[in-house]
Amino acid sequence: MTQWESVIGLEVHIQLQSKSKIFSGASTRFGSDPNVQACLIDVALPGVLPVCNVEAVRMAVVFGLAVGAKINRRSIFERKNYFYPDLPKGYQISQYEIPIVSGGSIETEVNGEVRVVGLTRAHLEEDAGKSLHDQFKDATGIDLNRAGTPLLEIVSEPDIRTAAQAADYMRKLHSLVTFLGICDGNMQEGSLRCDANVSVRLVGQQELGTRTELKNINSFRFVEKGIEVEIDRQIELLESGGKIVQETRLFDSKRNVTRSMRGKEDAQDYRYFPDPDLPPLVVSDDFIREVQRELPELPNERKKRFENDFGLTKADAVQLTQSREVADYFEEALQQSPDNVKGVVNWINVELASYLNKSGLNIQNSKVSAGTLGELVAKVSDGTISGAGGKTLLQELWDDPRQTVDAIIEAKGLRQMDDSAELEKLVEQVMAENPEQIQKIQDGNHKVLGFLVGQVMKLSKGQANPKSVSDLLKHKMGL
Amino acid sequence: MIPSNSELVQLSQALQSEEISSLELCEESFRRISEWSELNAFISLDQEGALEFAEGVDRKRTKTNLDPLAGIPLAHKDIFCTKGLLTTCGSKILSNFVAPYDATLVSRLKERNTILLGKTNMDEFAMGSSSEHSYYKPVRNPWDTTLVPGGSSGGSAVAVAAGLVPAATGTDTGGSIRQPAALCGITGVKPSYGRVSRFGMVAFASSLDQAGIFTRSAKDAAMMLDAMCGFDPRDSTSLKVEPPNCMRGIEESPKELTIGVPEEYFAQGLDPTVGEIIQAALSEFEALGARLISLRMPNSKSAIPCYYVIAPAEASSNLSRFDGVRYGYRSDSGHDLREMYKKTRSEGFGSEVQRRIMTGTYVLSHGYYDAYYLKAQKVRRLIFEDYSRAFERCDLIMGPTTPTTAFKIGAKMDDPVLMYLNDIYTAAVNLAGLPAMSIPAGFDKTGLPVGLHMVAPYLQEAKLLSVAHLFQQHTDFHLKAPVKES
Repeated sequence: MTQWESVIGLEVHIQLQSKSKIFSGASTRFGSDPNVQACLIDVALPGVLPVCNVEAVRMAVVFGLAVGAKINRRSIFERKNYFYPDLPKGYQISQYEIPIVSGGSIETEVNGEVRVVGLTRAHLEEDAGKSLHDQFKDATGIDLNRAGTPLLEIVSEPDIRTAAQAADYMRKLHSLVTFLGICDGNMQEGSLRCDANVSVRLVGQQELGTRTELKNINSFRFVEKGIEVEIDRQIELLESGGKIVQETRLFDSKRNVTRSMRGKEDAQDYRYFPDPDLPPLVVSDDFIREVQRELPELPNERKKRFENDFGLTKADAVQLTQSREVADYFEEALQQSPDNVKGVVNWINVELASYLNKSGLNIQNSKVSAGTLGELVAKVSDGTISGAGGKTLLQELWDDPRQTVDAIIEAKGLRQMDDSAELEKLVEQVMAENPEQIQKIQDGNHKVLGFLVGQVMKLSKGQANPKSVSDLLKHKMGL
Repeated sequence: MIPSNSELVQLSQALQSEEISSLELCEESFRRISEWSELNAFISLDQEGALEFAEGVDRKRTKTNLDPLAGIPLAHKDIFCTKGLLTTCGSKILSNFVAPYDATLVSRLKERNTILLGKTNMDEFAMGSSSEHSYYKPVRNPWDTTLVPGGSSGGSAVAVAAGLVPAATGTDTGGSIRQPAALCGITGVKPSYGRVSRFGMVAFASSLDQAGIFTRSAKDAAMMLDAMCGFDPRDSTSLKVEPPNCMRGIEESPKELTIGVPEEYFAQGLDPTVGEIIQAALSEFEALGARLISLRMPNSKSAIPCYYVIAPAEASSNLSRFDGVRYGYRSDSGHDLREMYKKTRSEGFGSEVQRRIMTGTYVLSHGYYDAYYLKAQKVRRLIFEDYSRAFERCDLIMGPTTPTTAFKIGAKMDDPVLMYLNDIYTAAVNLAGLPAMSIPAGFDKTGLPVGLHMVAPYLQEAKLLSVAHLFQQHTDFHLKAPVKES
């Protein structure tokens, strides 16, 4: 049987979350009414000129430093010329021959196998507006709110070998850019958009096969699914004696196929040339040093620190570094309960995660703050409340975040019984009512102890501390 | 009562001493504009707005001292965006375009309380050397109305030459201020690239375009430039340097002045009479104590071909925004997007603009880029180095502004290359980004003006203007004004 190998390179556009656009002062906020965030410059009125936003440049440098790339001290903005109604100037300002970032790499990990994916470059450019084809009868609407939003296009080397690795690359990139605070990571709003170059070749073959470009696969799932489908299509075509045509294709997720969008012969001549309105973009050594100093801890470093300093399992560390917000939340909660790392991890990864999932919220929008969750864990750890009491407390906090932990504990009577005389009474009552079970324990069947603990807990309406109950029972039975 | 050859500095004094009001000055301007409407100097006028503004300035003057430019009537080339007024760029495609903002230059002059009378006629998108390539009527030369005034800023040049306004703005991409200034017998200055903000000036060739001024005299120009120059954060190519302060040094021309005269500028193609008049002007400088030296500018012959690659390349991209989608003319006969684009641009742009868009698209195309655009950029560097070498030996470079005096309307319309040669002495200056000007140097036998071209090192506008002023103190060519035939 013939062995095929796929070769994949990704081009990912990330929207940089600067307040204003890359070449104008208009806001970049998402979701406003059409065209209210398009200023004179975004609309490309006659006579207007672009001025480069330093914040976008800083973010590009942040990215370059984080992936170990070379920051080009002098890069060039060029014009990519083509006509389209949502491209107001008739050209897109982008970087072509000399991008701001060259090289660097990102690590992927699939089934425990770590691989390094090289980056070719990352360059700054402006986003286009949006064409709204289905909102008007016999007309297309143009919304220029997005026009001029800063983008960083990150181009990988063709180092990716499987669809799963491509999806992991996207996840790692997503985690990195959100960690760095340069992108909000919101895939639904198009903050990260991916195109993939896909080809296949026989294992051992040196030269690359003819590639196709898969456009707009904008979720982790579509990246994996779309590439998988395209690889299968190419292999099937080649095995049946066909030839791959170099072309741009679209992934149809409903029918799970890729469709041809345009061929190579339709490829446009963009007539790139340096934009005479913008002098070369010069980044000084001082600027780079300053950015380096302010660079946040990277996800990989933070993951390792969580494993080494807090003794987290690898799986827990990965889950708690999925985004900067999750990691920050964890560390903040841990401050309230520093002696119970395991408890904090579980309350975030299990209990809180289930509330977040149910309500579709990110951790940064969690109704229960990190500090409050830490307090909750501390109350469980020191025995003030039981684990079950903790769950009730979380439910109460989630339903009304204005309440304090202490107030809920009192109001709901969650405080565990710490009066040993009262507890002793309950234990004695249960022992008196269950002579058979006591006999079994004394015969060596210790499993029955749990039943007795449960009976005491029931009598205490959950307020007794199960460990104290167990200890007391053992003591009384002379175990 | 107000002579048509009045200098701006004189009018400024008259206004400040309240011998005359701004309202009177503006009313007189409008009277002359209508009297000489056959010149087609203006595309649009704002009589109501201007007179109201002038009255306001007059009122303000009774309370406080105002800027020396306050109350001076001006005209802007119709390439500068003016809030609430038409800005057509001489084109059908912008024939309905009212800008919602003022160009930086326009607002700077407004802040000085100058009065904007209207917008002047021009070659469409500043592409041309005769002001015939206008969607509106061709501009006529006031010295002989059967002749062209030069271009592309022909309307502004004519407005000053005929005494309709004391000063008018222009833009110069390859000679569009200096050439019409020469052909109309007035003073025209193109400052160093980056001196005057390009924000709000409709772009033709961004790396070459520079705003400048038409006036009667060098001193007038100095006063205007001081108000026009200066850094603008909205233009990334604008210079972060101190404005030149031309007025302060206007009376102080250099004690020792060396003038470089390039041999190439007196070679074949130069009209002998123009050559003689320029030589006479140079002799006048010698008589005033200057030293003349002969120069070689070996790459000057490449200036026109180099210019006609770079300028159309940039223009082809700059003019892409005129697509009928957001503003301006849109053809209503297109049935789909592609057809709408094609018809809008074919109907909206004139033939010269279309020619340059096509040339520019070609030189940027895949496979031709290196041979044309990249090569032209290298030649541009060589031209720049020619000037650098020359300025090691001299203070200013002088020669003719144009090879001939004004020509007949229609004479060069069918021969674009012949038309392009009008800029043979001026285009190199834009490629090098240097300051330059044209001043009246004399008249030929038929009474047509000849312009002396003066080029200074980068940012040395003050020196340039002081030397021109020196010449004008010893000659009176700049005070000659055409008389309207009755």
